[in-house]
Amino acid sequence: MSETVQARLDGNAIGGILLEIFGAEMTIAESVCGSCGSLREVAELHVYVRAPGIVVRCPGCEAVLMRIVRAPGRTWLDLSGLRTLSFEH
Amino acid sequence: MSFVSRGFRRRRPEGDVPAGRVPPGQHLVGDFPVLSVGPTPRMPLADWHFSIHGGEEAVRWTWDEFRALPSETITVDIHCVTSWSKLDTVWEGVSVDTLLDAVQHEASYVSAFCDGGYTTNLPIEDVTDGKAWIAFGYDGEPLEPEHGGPARLLVPHLYLWKSAKWVRGLRLRDDDEQGFWESNGYHRRGDPWREERYWGD
Amino acid sequence: MAGGAVLGRLTWLPAEVVGIVEEAPRVRTLRLEAPGWGGHRAGQHVDLRLTAEDGYQAQRSYSLASPPEDGLEITIERLDDGEVSPYLVDEIRAGDRLELRGPIGGYFVWAASQADPLLLVAGGSGIVPLMAMIRHRAAAGSDVPTRLVYSSRSLADVIYRRELEALADRGDGLEVFHTLTRSQPEGWSGYARRIDVELLREAAWPAEVEPRIFVCGSTGFVEAAAAGLVELGHEPRRIKTERFGATGGG
Repeated sequence: MSETVQARLDGNAIGGILLEIFGAEMTIAESVCGSCGSLREVAELHVYVRAPGIVVRCPGCEAVLMRIVRAPGRTWLDLSGLRTLSFEH
Repeated sequence: MSFVSRGFRRRRPEGDVPAGRVPPGQHLVGDFPVLSVGPTPRMPLADWHFSIHGGEEAVRWTWDEFRALPSETITVDIHCVTSWSKLDTVWEGVSVDTLLDAVQHEASYVSAFCDGGYTTNLPIEDVTDGKAWIAFGYDGEPLEPEHGGPARLLVPHLYLWKSAKWVRGLRLRDDDEQGFWESNGYHRRGDPWREERYWGD
Repeated sequence: MAGGAVLGRLTWLPAEVVGIVEEAPRVRTLRLEAPGWGGHRAGQHVDLRLTAEDGYQAQRSYSLASPPEDGLEITIERLDDGEVSPYLVDEIRAGDRLELRGPIGGYFVWAASQADPLLLVAGGSGIVPLMAMIRHRAAAGSDVPTRLVYSSRSLADVIYRRELEALADRGDGLEVFHTLTRSQPEGWSGYARRIDVELLREAAWPAEVEPRIFVCGSTGFVEAAAAGLVELGHEPRRIKTERFGATGGG
């Protein structure tokens, strides 16, 4: 398996970061892909953490769902690849 | 309020750190870390082409045509915004100047586009006058897919996110269209010596 | 969830190392005490933060090895090119302090109140959150039929080996299947290869049993195991996966 696939994790790996950002347990949040419409729990999404930021992709069509950049004192969040994100709190 | 964990320290630089070659906030590594925003694209060379758009006419090279262009071997230091630096890396590539010579243009900016959808933007001055290459070889071997093969943009004087892997072409532009990371918090230029990591740096 | 409970999990808690167990070459368990820790569920993890004297900070996630009934333990595998794991496995001593945050995770969790048969598939250090589930099962006195399929490089690399043997010997419905992929001791009668469909066909239950399934290990391991289980007819929805990587470099 290529090194890039080995570097790929899943939504469990960003549970702490998402807890910080959303103030809720997000591994069980439901996401709907804006490209292919598939519905998945965040824990099942493809997550790339070895990058200048975090990139979350749809396991079905590999479309970018989220980009997260954390700088000291500021976070940039792009969720434009998601149609919806839904979570309990 | 955090406290110190006894005995914990940051990763040590490999060997002696040569003065003036490691930008602020960086540390040296011995290996070549693989960073990626997605799966490694696999483009068969028979289907690969490199193109430049936005000039008088679009220009395109097949792999064989691209490899027939004059190329050079260069030794450069590279710096990743995630804080690792690697000195004296050896690459083989075609200078972007050679490619731009084939196009009539008055562009101020370029936007690199790649297999997999990655993009990055640069002022034209940062890819001309011997500052940038389309690299197809690393360390004497063909560039591996994980490191951007068959060809990547190489712009060593800026942070490595500008050295777009799996590059397929350049768009010449009058405006500075923000790329994949530049549109989401990363600095539009990315000079490691001025620690231009994020917007506002 | 109430705002206060979330804030509690977001706060960095000071923690002290109160016990150390050398589990295997390059693998160590740290027992921690963190005043204010609110408890956890089997399968969850914590974020750990270390601060150097010059203010440099590094953060990593580690699965909890302890069950909810037994405090706070994490098991760490030393990654040679890592920055944090070599410190935790080689350097840290009882009395040293670090910070942690959590517990985190709502997907990869199991409670003994769940009555379905349980199938656990572990690759290397992927055993850690599954061990929390196995320990919780024992502490709760559960006899839910449970099978563990556990892949390691060699016998010496099997983490919690004696404890797993002892728990399986209780005869309360836990079965453990080992596969050793690189080297096997003389007379080894267990599996001796990477997990594949045939191995799963023999060691895992048939799909009709409809077990709840948890798979944990590297991305390559998890995807091969999950694909094998799906090929055997297990419902993808019943398979939960957690991929370990060198998150941020180890």
